[in-house]
Amino acid sequence: MAAHPGGLTAVASRPLTNPSADAAKAAVSVRDVVRSFGPKGVLNGVDLDIAPGEFVALLGPSGCGKSTLLRALAGLDHDVRGSGVISVPDRVSVVFQDSRLLPWDTVLGNVTLGLREHDAESRARRALAEVGLAGREKAWPHELSGGEQQRVALARSLVREPQLLLADEPFGALDALTRIRMHGLLQDLVAAHRPAVLLVTHDVDEAIALADRIVVLDHGRIATVRTVAPGIASSADAAGHEALRRDLLTGLGVEAPHAPEPVHPAQPAAVGR
Amino acid sequence: MSAVLDRPAVEPHLDPDLDKRDDVRPTGKRLGPGRRRRLAWLLGPGALLALWTVTSATGILDPRILSEPWTVVATAGELIADGRFQENLAISAQRAGLGLFFGIVVGATLALLAGLSRIGEALIDGPVQIKRAIPGLALIPLLILWFGIDETMKVLTITLGVFVPIYLQTHAGLRGIDLRYVELAQTVGLSRAGFIRKVVLPGALPGFFLGLRFAVTGAWVSLVVVEQINATSGIGYMMELARTYGQTNIIVLGLAVYGILGLLSDGIVRFIERKALSWQRTLAG
Repeated sequence: MAAHPGGLTAVASRPLTNPSADAAKAAVSVRDVVRSFGPKGVLNGVDLDIAPGEFVALLGPSGCGKSTLLRALAGLDHDVRGSGVISVPDRVSVVFQDSRLLPWDTVLGNVTLGLREHDAESRARRALAEVGLAGREKAWPHELSGGEQQRVALARSLVREPQLLLADEPFGALDALTRIRMHGLLQDLVAAHRPAVLLVTHDVDEAIALADRIVVLDHGRIATVRTVAPGIASSADAAGHEALRRDLLTGLGVEAPHAPEPVHPAQPAAVGR
Repeated sequence: MSAVLDRPAVEPHLDPDLDKRDDVRPTGKRLGPGRRRRLAWLLGPGALLALWTVTSATGILDPRILSEPWTVVATAGELIADGRFQENLAISAQRAGLGLFFGIVVGATLALLAGLSRIGEALIDGPVQIKRAIPGLALIPLLILWFGIDETMKVLTITLGVFVPIYLQTHAGLRGIDLRYVELAQTVGLSRAGFIRKVVLPGALPGFFLGLRFAVTGAWVSLVVVEQINATSGIGYMMELARTYGQTNIIVLGLAVYGILGLLSDGIVRFIERKALSWQRTLAG
């Protein structure tokens, strides 16, 4: 949606000069947000807008403040000093790196947690079926595999029909095969429910595969913003994919290898740029 | 669609003759305690009983020091026949039960108040720790002055002994609830009441049950104390009376009854605990 046909489009690090006009349309609006732990500034004036239905990946090395930004959007930073203006929609769901299922509640109980509607249970069953866990409603969380637990966490966040889905490295603790499957699942779910998404990750390939737009955070500031064209995400445009990948890795301070290995098994070998 | 989700869930067939087939496998050293066996808890008490029986039968144990098991059983029969046993047991059980009930209510309530608010903790935790440092026996003279020697004083003494372990363990369980679950509760929009019901209470339950096991045994211990110091009924009184007449068999019977009651009530609590905490996966199994 937000992708430009040209494939790779660089955007200025402070994309919005007229906040009030754009903020009205945006699902998320972040203005000059500063957060600091003690004397150390973690976020040093971040501006970010996410349009309704837009999928933004927040990329950065560890310690760059990306989780701090996500927690600020989720309203989980009560005791952190800071300033700035953040506006988010009413319905916000969070998926954490750990599935964070209550161990004393069943899978179904975990998905319905906090739901007040009378049809909560039937909706939760539908959400569980959507993530491929129909029939496991009565299981305890510890009876599930790591990937299944994270699917329950996805069901728990999507059953609330969020306008904004915040995901903090949701696949970071999963093995590579499960991760690829989860990427597919997340894409399907996002396509079906159309929330705005902010995905925090340190995985460049994950960001390219999933996001409409990639924001690189460095030292508490937005360093780079890149739009991902559909062809690049699906690896149809192998050269564009590789160029974006190199570009992002360089932005993260990593030299990409000269002869890149195929990222996805199905991807054709990159032809010269 | 991702292929993995479209695949129908097929239950793999289990060969009915599985147990008859060869099963050759390398077996590593098992460090956990192994599978739980039914009634295994009876083994220890049973061994103790066997030792008592054997030493009494062979004359190693002088009946003037410790009555023989069969004498104790016969005594129990006599006391049951003339109704004194049931009468005393009922009054003892009533005292222990009431004290336990009030102790659980007080201990759990205080633990929740102290665990859920900083003011509550500042007000409650200190006094409870002070109470914990004072032996239950030392409070009895004061309680007698205040409440006389009737049932109130006895139940109150048991309550005071019971609420401390309930409070301590429940409070510790509450404090031990992972902060990540508190965050989760916030992100899914749980109300304060929902947070307590869905996160706090179940999270504190393992601690509560640990406290309950201490409390149940503690209730019987406090019972002995109040019944042997000043009472005109109850198992403890029965034993105290037997002491003045040198009836070892009744004393031993009283001890055995206390022991059986303690073991039974602990077993009941553990049974409830296993059912209530079936979500836990621990070494105990």
